[in-house]
Amino acid sequence: MIRAVIVMNTQGKPRLAKFYDYQPVEKQQELIRSVFAALSNRAENVSNFMEAESIFGPDSRLVYKHYATLYFVFVFDSSENELAMLDLIQVFVETLDKCFRNVCELDIVFNYSKMQSILDEIIFGGQVLETSSVEVMKAIEEISKLEAASNAISLIPYASGWSRR
Amino acid sequence: MSGPSIMETLFQRTLEDLIKGIRLQLIGESAFISKAMEEIRKEIKSTDLQTKSIALQKLSYLNSLYFVDMSWAAFHCIECMSSSRFSLKRIGYVAVSQSFDEQTPVLLLITNQLRKDLGSVNEFEAGLALDCLANIATVDLARDLTPEVFTLLGSSKIPVRKKAIGVILRVFEKYPEAVRVCFKRLVENLDSPDSRILSAVVGVFCELASRDPRSYLPLAPEFYRVLVDSKNNWVLIKILKIFTKLAAIEPRVAKRIVEPVCDHMRRTGAKSLMFECIRTVVSSLSEYEIALKLAVSKIRELLVDEDANIKYLGLHALSIIAPKHLWVVLDNQEIVIKSLIDADANIQSESLRLVMAVISRSNVVDISHVLLSYGHKSDPDFCNEIIGSILSACSHNLYEIVMDFDWYVSLLGEMSRIPHCQKGEEIENQLIDIGMRVRDARLELIRVGRSLLIDPALLGNPYLYRILCAAAWVCGEYVEFSTNPPELVEALLQPRTSMLPPLIRAVYLQSVLKILTFCMYSHLQKQSSISFPSSHNLEGVMAECVSRRKTRESSDILTSAQDDVFNPMISENILCEEDIPVETKGENLFFEKNRFSQESIVNLLNAIESALEPLLGTLEVEILERARNVLGLIDLIKQQIPNHLSPEEESFSREASEVWKLIRSMNDAFCEELGPVSFTAQEKIQLPEGLVLEENLRELDSIYGILQPPLNFLPQREERVEELPDSEWRSRDDLEPSNESTSLLVEHRKRHGLYYLPSGVSNDYPLANDPRSGEHDYDENEDLIRLAAQSLAPKKKPNYSKPRPVVVRLEEGEATSHIVSKKPNSKYDLLSGVVQDVLQETNPMESSQKGKEKVSSDVPPGSKENLQDLVDPMGERSGSGKSKHRSHGKERGHKIPKKNDREKDENCERARQKGSHRLGRKKTRQRAEGQTDLHAHTPGQIPDLLL
Repeated sequence: MIRAVIVMNTQGKPRLAKFYDYQPVEKQQELIRSVFAALSNRAENVSNFMEAESIFGPDSRLVYKHYATLYFVFVFDSSENELAMLDLIQVFVETLDKCFRNVCELDIVFNYSKMQSILDEIIFGGQVLETSSVEVMKAIEEISKLEAASNAISLIPYASGWSRR
Repeated sequence: MSGPSIMETLFQRTLEDLIKGIRLQLIGESAFISKAMEEIRKEIKSTDLQTKSIALQKLSYLNSLYFVDMSWAAFHCIECMSSSRFSLKRIGYVAVSQSFDEQTPVLLLITNQLRKDLGSVNEFEAGLALDCLANIATVDLARDLTPEVFTLLGSSKIPVRKKAIGVILRVFEKYPEAVRVCFKRLVENLDSPDSRILSAVVGVFCELASRDPRSYLPLAPEFYRVLVDSKNNWVLIKILKIFTKLAAIEPRVAKRIVEPVCDHMRRTGAKSLMFECIRTVVSSLSEYEIALKLAVSKIRELLVDEDANIKYLGLHALSIIAPKHLWVVLDNQEIVIKSLIDADANIQSESLRLVMAVISRSNVVDISHVLLSYGHKSDPDFCNEIIGSILSACSHNLYEIVMDFDWYVSLLGEMSRIPHCQKGEEIENQLIDIGMRVRDARLELIRVGRSLLIDPALLGNPYLYRILCAAAWVCGEYVEFSTNPPELVEALLQPRTSMLPPLIRAVYLQSVLKILTFCMYSHLQKQSSISFPSSHNLEGVMAECVSRRKTRESSDILTSAQDDVFNPMISENILCEEDIPVETKGENLFFEKNRFSQESIVNLLNAIESALEPLLGTLEVEILERARNVLGLIDLIKQQIPNHLSPEEESFSREASEVWKLIRSMNDAFCEELGPVSFTAQEKIQLPEGLVLEENLRELDSIYGILQPPLNFLPQREERVEELPDSEWRSRDDLEPSNESTSLLVEHRKRHGLYYLPSGVSNDYPLANDPRSGEHDYDENEDLIRLAAQSLAPKKKPNYSKPRPVVVRLEEGEATSHIVSKKPNSKYDLLSGVVQDVLQETNPMESSQKGKEKVSSDVPPGSKENLQDLVDPMGERSGSGKSKHRSHGKERGHKIPKKNDREKDENCERARQKGSHRLGRKKTRQRAEGQTDLHAHTPGQIPDLLL
């Protein structure tokens, strides 16, 4: 089971944080901080796995990937395969890339909700439900359409997180 | 829509505005956020749902990334969630999933909304509801919504169905009874041709099986089919995870899957699947040689891979296999050792763990040196990790792997000097522990302790304080091994000791007192012409002899190198001291001249006095008290021997007799051996009848009053008087309490001897602190580990093999902890109970079918053959699966969503009845066929369908 997904920049600012077992906000903040502290201590070109039991308790592993100014962090337990999780990060980032054409940190900052729904399509309640970025994209487009349609009824249109940049 | 709300909406900041505002940081982030929060609090109260939802969206954002509390907005979340517009609904759902927990009070209000949305024709609405349920389902929600989830499990829309499957995990966990309704349909989904569905189901079973594998054994044939047929790596990885659990508890499963797992290992190009196969083999299939060989060769491939991830996983696989097949690690030793200097901390610590796995008595010396030299080179964290693992490996089971304690003690000293060593506490404990347990190591302990104490630079490192504390204690306690006690005193009183924390400094002062007492004692002993009984024996009689002589002699060099005062006693002493080894004879003779002389003693006294006097003004009571003790003693000595500088020893001995008495009893007191105490020592003492531990002790005051001066109070079981019969320590006079003991104490001791530490021969009470009691299995170590004084008498040796309380207790403790950790919590117990129930309802069909087959194909029913049948019945089973499918289709007819709880319960009831009917039918059929297979019907048995 996946316990948490965190996207943060290299300054430690979280860009997306999703915990699949309920954590109070103070705890979330603390966890994100300690993950960042641990990540920023790691050299370049080392393995993508990290000891996480000291942060997330027993039976927890952590895989991260560093893209430009962002860290993508997945925390999971022994019922997931480490390399598969690494692939999953790849799927997530690929999907973001398709969605935003050459994704960069700014896209992620301004499209918080969209990123969230992409993640929700891939990981559902801590389980991996979709591993194909094509399928995810399909679903995301459908959702966007639905939202646009439901907004069109509104008297006053507003720029939602969904409107393209 | 009313006027104000239009205005609100017009001028409301959207999420995007909020993000931009935060990024601009005109007024600082936290100020901006609190301003935004003010706005949100206002907006969220709006009657316009649009306005409210945007406010909620912003709030969720701030909650998720800026950790703002949003629990107060629970009701607003529900309002948005109930909107008919998808975009608002979605905002509401996201907020609910994010912020609700079991304690949220309004949780009960969402049941109906969820039910409505779960039944929605819009797959995305259903998806939102499922997602929400997967995150926040409580017992109530799970119970109330089970029928809806059941319906969705059969949904024709793949995305909905897979989410419904995903939500099952949470529903089962919260409400185990749901198993009765949903389990069959969940299992049917294992037959789904769609890989996404299959992946979801297998994922759910993987989670379920990881919590309680035994309940899912009956599904092994289904899983096996997936293992053989599936081409999807995600699915295969999860299936392998399931089988890793199942194979660990059921050897027949293990036997069946060896072949397919090896096939996958050979065929696959995906490293993730390959690693999972390896992990399955090393954790559950390591008895199968073919599989193990293949896995080991693959591990080697991983180990030499360029990619750090792969290499790390290779090491990880090694550490899984290490306990069972150490040779695999030894084969790859070189890579493991090399990985110690890897740039990656994970790889380093993984290889460290492996190195520790191969450590043994024969290689501990080499490995420790190699590791420490790596430690010097690596970063502080890893260095400490290394030190920590050496310490724990060596101290394991009372230093089981340490043969040479001199080496180990000096290793401890070496560790202490590593600049970023932070294991002070552990080293402290071990130094003291070894001092108490291992007599032969004391000489080396003193040597190491001295070099630590004497180095002023070490006093600047707070991490070392604990170690210095141990060193000071050791030097005080075992001062008789010291080559130069005055030098120790000097080290203990050096000016920089003022940097130490008070409690440690107190230990320093206490050690000064002990050393002083010892010096005075050996000095006065000569003076009063009491021949000094012979010395201790360490590794050999000789070495010890030398060191002991040296001890006293060299000590004087510092204080009075030019001491030429002729003392007649010296020659006497030389005479009575036997066996000075030839090679050191000259040296010793030189030192003989310089034994503690009057002058050196006076110098020592003066030095202590001048160092301690400033401490009388300290505010730290511990220091103050100890300083006063020492100074008091010095005062006393000085008064009693006013003309000690004169060489007229006759008058001297008379005058000194008082001091002599005092010093002797103090020395005797300090000579008491301190033994290690077992954790369980206290428990072993049976509470005698009539003893009330809480009783007021005031009565003791009267006894206390009669007691003689406290110096004589300490029991004197063993004098520091030793001889060396046959390189064996022996304590003399064990039975005879020193004549100075107060009669009262003796009396008390006689009456309540049980509560005194055992001292003598006649002690049938098991030694609480005897670590050897559990270690008889390695006799060669016997002469290394020595215990408290009581256990040293040769007569007592046979006793060691008698009771082994210590280790037995330890094992018990371990065993219980194991059991506790293995015990699944009650929730899963409940769940597995229901799962087993349900599986038993389904099983008979299969078992009977298989029974038929067996009969028809004339295979004699034997367990071996049965095993081989695993696949065949499965072929058969797919048919039966289909038929089951059909029957379920019918069943589904009955079960189509019932919004009513009571109906649902009825539903369950019906399902149960149906199961039992079938069971009955099966039973009769079986009887008709003369197949009596009780296994299938006995709960908890290995399910028949496995065979």
